[in-house]
Amino acid sequence: MAGSTLQASRSRDLDKLLLRPGNLVEPNFEPGPELRDDLREYARVLVVGAGGLGCELLKDLALSGFKNLDVIDMDRIEVTNLNRQFLFRLEDVGKPKAEVAAKRVMERVSGVNIVPHFCRIEDKELDFYSDFNIIVLGLDSIEARSYINAVACSFLEYDSDDNPREETMKPMVDGGTEGFKGHARVIKPGVTPCFECTIWLFPPQVKFPLCTLAETPRTAAHCIEYAHLIKWDEVHSGKSFDPDDPGHMQWVYSEAVKRADLFGIPGVTYSLTQGVVKNIIPAIASTNAIISAACALETLKIATGCSKTLSNYLTYNGVEGLHIKVTEFVRDKDCLVCGPGVLIELDISVTLQKFINMLEEHPRLLLSKASVTHRGKNLYMQAPPVLEEMTRSNLDQLLFDLMGKVPRDVIHVTGMSRKDDKKVSSLMKLRVAFKGVDGVVDMDMAGGALFHRLTDLVETQWWDMTPEL
Amino acid sequence: MINLFKVKAKQKEIAENANGKAPVKKQTAGELRLHKDISELNLPKTCTISFPNGKDDLMNFEVTIRPDEGYYCGGTFVFTFQVSSIYPHEAPKVKCKTKVYHPNIDLEGNVCLNILREDWKPVLNINTIIYGLFHLFTQPNYEDPLNHDAAAVLRDNPRMFESNVRRAMAGGYVGNTFFPRCM
Repeated sequence: MAGSTLQASRSRDLDKLLLRPGNLVEPNFEPGPELRDDLREYARVLVVGAGGLGCELLKDLALSGFKNLDVIDMDRIEVTNLNRQFLFRLEDVGKPKAEVAAKRVMERVSGVNIVPHFCRIEDKELDFYSDFNIIVLGLDSIEARSYINAVACSFLEYDSDDNPREETMKPMVDGGTEGFKGHARVIKPGVTPCFECTIWLFPPQVKFPLCTLAETPRTAAHCIEYAHLIKWDEVHSGKSFDPDDPGHMQWVYSEAVKRADLFGIPGVTYSLTQGVVKNIIPAIASTNAIISAACALETLKIATGCSKTLSNYLTYNGVEGLHIKVTEFVRDKDCLVCGPGVLIELDISVTLQKFINMLEEHPRLLLSKASVTHRGKNLYMQAPPVLEEMTRSNLDQLLFDLMGKVPRDVIHVTGMSRKDDKKVSSLMKLRVAFKGVDGVVDMDMAGGALFHRLTDLVETQWWDMTPEL
Repeated sequence: MINLFKVKAKQKEIAENANGKAPVKKQTAGELRLHKDISELNLPKTCTISFPNGKDDLMNFEVTIRPDEGYYCGGTFVFTFQVSSIYPHEAPKVKCKTKVYHPNIDLEGNVCLNILREDWKPVLNINTIIYGLFHLFTQPNYEDPLNHDAAAVLRDNPRMFESNVRRAMAGGYVGNTFFPRCM
C-alpha cells in the first residue's frame, strides 16, 4: 500500500509529461499510462562511464522513470573523485566505480535495476551493445567516444534508397564537461551527425616540442613533461610509465622539481604534475549536474517522444556569466562511419580482381588502383610493395569467400577517383550485397535506382542502363 | 520516440541474423584513414616499411631508413610507429629503435621533429612523416637539440661531428656512450 503511494508520488511529475497530449511532442507520441509502464518495462539504457557525469546520469535516469539501466566503467574509485562523484564514500576507495555506483542508486531508488560492468568498453561484444535502446555517454576521452560511436553506427542499416532503417538506429546522448564548460548532444545515427562527422570540432592537444623540453624549458609544464617524456625513459629503460601508479607520478613530480630548480622556474606542484601528465582539467560538480540533467532529459525524450529532442548540440559555458547555445550541426554525407556508402550488388562468383576492375568503371566511384579492406582485414593493398605481395594471392579468390560468406556487409576502398577530369585520392565506404544469398532477397528492390547489377553488365557498357545518377 | 515493442522484436531478429556472421571486428575511422595513407605510400628508395604483426595490423609498423648521402650515408636506422585509433586527430608516436649519434634524436630514441608534436595537422600523413625523418639524416639540425653534445659538436666542429658519426655507425664509443654498429 505504502509502496504504491510512493510509486504514484514519484511518477507524479513524469506523468505530466507522459500521460497528457501536447503540441510540442514527436509525431508518434502516444500519451497514457501504458507509455509510462513500457518505459519501465522495455527501455534499456546503457550509461558509459561511472565518473563525474556517470554518477549524475545514473541518479537522473533512475529518477526519470527508467528501470533497466546498465553501467560500464573500467576504473576504480580514487580519493580525488569523492568531491563530485557523490555516490562514492571514503570506504569505497579502491572499489570498481560501476559496481558501487549501481549499488548506491539501487539502494536509494526502489524498483530500479542497474547492472554494473567493471571492464573496458572494448571488452564487450557487439551483441552486448545491441541490446540497449539508447546509449548515454559520460566519458572524458575522444578515443572512447569514437569507439562507442563506431559500435553504435555499426548497427545502422540503410535501405536501397539510402534512407536509414529506423529499427536499426541506435541513438546516443553524449555529455562532456571540462571545468566550467560542457556539452550535451543527441546523436541519431543516419539522422544527426555522428561523432566522427564533427571530430574536427576538437582542438588539437597542446604538445610541446621535445627539444624545448630538453634544452630550453620556460614553464612548469615544460619541466613536468621533461620528467615524464624524456627523463623517465632515460632512467627506467624499457619500463613504461603508468599514470595511475602514484609511485610513478611521485617520481615524475620530484624530477620535475629538480629540473625547475635548475632553470629557476617556479610553480611545479604535485597536482599540476598530475594535471599535465594526465591532461586533467579541474572538474566542477555543478557543471556535471547541469550537463547530466540535459542528457537525462534528452534520453527521456528519445525514449518516449514526449517532446522534441534538442537539435543537436548544446554547449554550456559558465566561465564568464552563463551562456547556453544549441547549434544544429549537419551530417557529413560521406562519413565513413555513419554514412550510407555506395550500394553495390554482386554475384558470388566475383573475384577480388574483377571487383577491383569494376570499381574503375562504376559511375559513382570511378575508382582506379583500389585497395580493399574489410572489417580490419586488408584484402588487397596496392602499396607498399611488401603489403602488395602479402595480399596479391587474394586477387584470384572470390570476394564472397574473402568476406566470410556473409550476405551483405560494409567494405572500404581507397584509390584514385576522377572528379572533373582531376584525379583525387579517396577513401570510400561500400555496401556490398551478394545476389541470391539469404538475407538479400528481402531487401527493398523497388526503389533501387542505385542498385547496379555490376557483374551482369561489366563486360558491356552496363552503365548506360542505370538511371541518372 | 522509439517504438519500444517494435524495437524489441526487431533487435531479436537482427541478433539472430548476426549469428551467422563471422566474428565482427570494428574498424575505427583512424584505421581506415591509416589504410588510405599506407596504400598510397610513395617512398624514396632509401626508405622501406615493414609490418611485424602481419598485413592486418597497420597501426604498428617499422620504417627503415638507409641514407644515401650526408653524414649518415651507409647507416641503417629503424623507426617504430604507433598509430592511435583517433588518427589523424593525433600524430603517430614515433621512436628510433637504432641507437644513433644525432643532434635531434636522443639516446632513448625520442625524435625532435616538429610535425610529430607541436606542428602535427590532420592533413599530414605517414608519407610526410617518413620524408621528415629522412630529412633529419640529410640535414641534421643543431638548433633543435635533443642530444645536446652531438648538437654542440655539429655546430662548433662539423669535421669532428662527421668522424663521431662514422665511429658511432661503425660500432664504437663517442665520449662515454657506446653505439652498436648500424652499417
